[in-house]
Amino acid sequence: MSQAERVAQPRASSRLRVNGVGHPIALDRDRSLLFVLREELGLAGTKYGCGEGECGACKVLVDGVAIRSCITPVGEVVGRSVTTIEGLAEGDRLHPVQQAFVDAGAFQCGFCIPGMIIAATSLLARNPNPGEEEIRAAMDGNLCRCGGYLRIIDAIQRASRSSGAAGSGAP
Amino acid sequence: MSAPVPGPYDLAPPTERDYFARFGPGVVIILPARRPGPTEWGRGGPPHGGAWIHVGEDGTTRAFTGKVEVGQGTRTALTLLVAEELGMPLGAVDLTMGDTDVSPWDMGTFGSRSMPDAGENLRTTAAAAREVVLEIAATTLGVPKADLAIADGRIRTGTGSSARSVGIGDLVRGLHRIETITAPAQLSQPSGWTRAGHPTANLGGREIVTGTRQYTSDLRPAGMLHGRVLFAPQYGAKLRSVDLSRAAAMPGVTVVHEGDFVGVASPDFLTTRAALKAIRAEWDTTPQPSEGGIVEFLRQHPAEGEDSWDLIHHVAGDVDAALAAAPVTLHETYTTAYIAHVPMETHAVLAAWEAGRLTVWMGSQTPFRARDALSDAFGIPESSVRVVVPATGSGFGGKHAAELAVRAARLAKAAGRPVCTVYTREEEFTQAYFRPMAVIDVQSGAEKDGTITAWRFNDLNAGSAAARLPYKVTNQQIQNQPAESPLPQGSYRALAATANNFARESHMDELAARVGVDPVEYRLRHLGDDRLAAVLRAVVHRAEWTPHAGTRARNPGPVRGWGVAVGLEKGGRVATVAEVSVHEDRRLEILRLVTGFECGTIVHPSNLRNQVEGGTIMALGGALFEAIHFENGRILNPRLSEYRVPRFRDVPRIDIVLVDRPDLPSEGAGETPLIAVAPAIANAIYDATGRRLRSLPLVPDGTVP
Repeated sequence: MSQAERVAQPRASSRLRVNGVGHPIALDRDRSLLFVLREELGLAGTKYGCGEGECGACKVLVDGVAIRSCITPVGEVVGRSVTTIEGLAEGDRLHPVQQAFVDAGAFQCGFCIPGMIIAATSLLARNPNPGEEEIRAAMDGNLCRCGGYLRIIDAIQRASRSSGAAGSGAP
Repeated sequence: MSAPVPGPYDLAPPTERDYFARFGPGVVIILPARRPGPTEWGRGGPPHGGAWIHVGEDGTTRAFTGKVEVGQGTRTALTLLVAEELGMPLGAVDLTMGDTDVSPWDMGTFGSRSMPDAGENLRTTAAAAREVVLEIAATTLGVPKADLAIADGRIRTGTGSSARSVGIGDLVRGLHRIETITAPAQLSQPSGWTRAGHPTANLGGREIVTGTRQYTSDLRPAGMLHGRVLFAPQYGAKLRSVDLSRAAAMPGVTVVHEGDFVGVASPDFLTTRAALKAIRAEWDTTPQPSEGGIVEFLRQHPAEGEDSWDLIHHVAGDVDAALAAAPVTLHETYTTAYIAHVPMETHAVLAAWEAGRLTVWMGSQTPFRARDALSDAFGIPESSVRVVVPATGSGFGGKHAAELAVRAARLAKAAGRPVCTVYTREEEFTQAYFRPMAVIDVQSGAEKDGTITAWRFNDLNAGSAAARLPYKVTNQQIQNQPAESPLPQGSYRALAATANNFARESHMDELAARVGVDPVEYRLRHLGDDRLAAVLRAVVHRAEWTPHAGTRARNPGPVRGWGVAVGLEKGGRVATVAEVSVHEDRRLEILRLVTGFECGTIVHPSNLRNQVEGGTIMALGGALFEAIHFENGRILNPRLSEYRVPRFRDVPRIDIVLVDRPDLPSEGAGETPLIAVAPAIANAIYDATGRRLRSLPLVPDGTVP
């Protein structure tokens, strides 16, 4: 089969639930969740960093658990609830983890931060009061090249302490 | 048909710039740029980038600089300086950075020049703007200028019932006034600062944490195509033949083949990827140098280097005679590996043509040089090119090149649509340039009491930064020699300074051990710079340094070691103490790093701390494990799963000591905080084990050999 035929071929379709809204999507083996979020749904807050699940910039929540969207075929998450960085805040009110990152000044270039916040939200949902070593272990799959790790740990500890973080980890 | 686009401000006389049409009525203050000729680069101090400020009737002050923000926090620091000098709230100052149509010309954001150059220029311009605004207020209010005070965007006069005030925006209402600065302005005293110098949250945090900040790779204008470029499989390969028929037959795909350039674009990211895969290309290759034997290769391939401005040849006294007479001599070689920048956002370019004018959005550290390159590539005037730098996912010196911009613009021109091209992570490794490998020979001589009498320092391939001695030595010879690098190499955060500082500070430790003097005392004895000595004292105090001479290796069993290093570069003074533990299985653990830093007046303390901490962590990677592996023109580890960078679990306890010197001008802080980390760790490993490691990375597999 030529490339042209393969691209033009009709595809199975389904619905993807993202940030509480259902979207019709085509299912295709080589379409990652990251691709669908960024290119089809216009949710550019989720970032491409490496394409092999090594950096965590592409993390989103699936049923409240952080997964790497760049290595997740979109078909795997059909029927489940996807939350991206754009779906965490409630209107103008930041999610406690987002607020903690702002309060801690835990960013430099900011490119890794959406993935960091998703990973931290997932961690706090599972473990509302993680120790520093638990934070490091849980966040080890997220890279920050600016070297903001210690401020990010501080932000996660602030979020853990702030009221509401424990209860609202999994939207 | 769109309206005629006015030319870039930096290419037009001030009277021909459309400030007031674009930003509304008000007052414009201009500090002219001094643009260097081609032979001036790097000589006689940095070129003067200039600045301008528009005080608008809407109450907003717009400041413009050619520097860019790639994550280092200068947007906030520079905005603070403008707000401080002009008496405006931070939120009323809007800083435009790196837009070649409206920014002053600038050589680029590198060399830790944003604070000393752009900071000083913007301060000067804002101070002049303050005086102009006060003069207007004096006339308007009918009171002497000396009786006016400016704060929070308002001008006030009188007290009690006779107090009056007017907003700066109201004062400049309807004006179209342009002033060019000709005399030095009276700058405010840092001791009286109310905004700058105090903790401030960095601008843009809310956009970052909500995922709404738009980086170049997030821009999606209507009709945009996704572009990809066909790259050679290895260095030195030439395209012999290419079959584009399958790619060209794919619906919606534009294929461009001009000389060695082959690229594809289509409205769909996956179709573009499929089209690139469908191209059949054959390449002529030639054998390329490999990693094995690279030190000898570089020694055998010196480059002419006459064109390079980055050369040092410093001679004092008679090194040969001093070496011959010295009772203690030492001769060692130190090396550093090629390493990659690995910005979280890979190179991204969006290019669009409209009526013969090209606009490129890209995360460039040198937007004006990119404008030159695009103008050359397409044979169009500089005024027909605009380069805009959106939010950028870091650079570290890796985003100076314009090749990808030229390629994206070629695709956009052929397709007649905007084209966005983003490197894959593998392309980021294989198409970018690297931090140069360094080979450094150090030869020294000392008296029996340790006093250094001779110092010969030869840097091969890295550069001149931090090669000079901060120590008092009568006889010295310091030089660097460029080499023909088998890998593309270029700018990198603290590039040569990291290499030269590693060599010098390791060698100092070796000398101190040889003559049996505590490493801190040995440095203090020789230091010729009081500011650096003060930083070193502050750091050893914080680290609770225990004086000792030579290695204290106690085998077997887990052992601890302490190491120290200092550095003086780009106006900054740094000292780092490392505390390490080497376990019974030889695994190295960094327990603590204490870094002290002094860069004159601190403008933005929380951001400075962030820079020093982040730089220390970035430096850990190059010190411990980062290295590019290559063989016959191919990069062997072009993936994050194969090229290790520091992660959460690699980060030790880090203590930062900031020394504020409000009596001195501000220097940059993006680079120098990195340069004492590697030698401090190497020296600590020596203290713990008696093992001297002279090559970076020190422990590629995590264990001390």
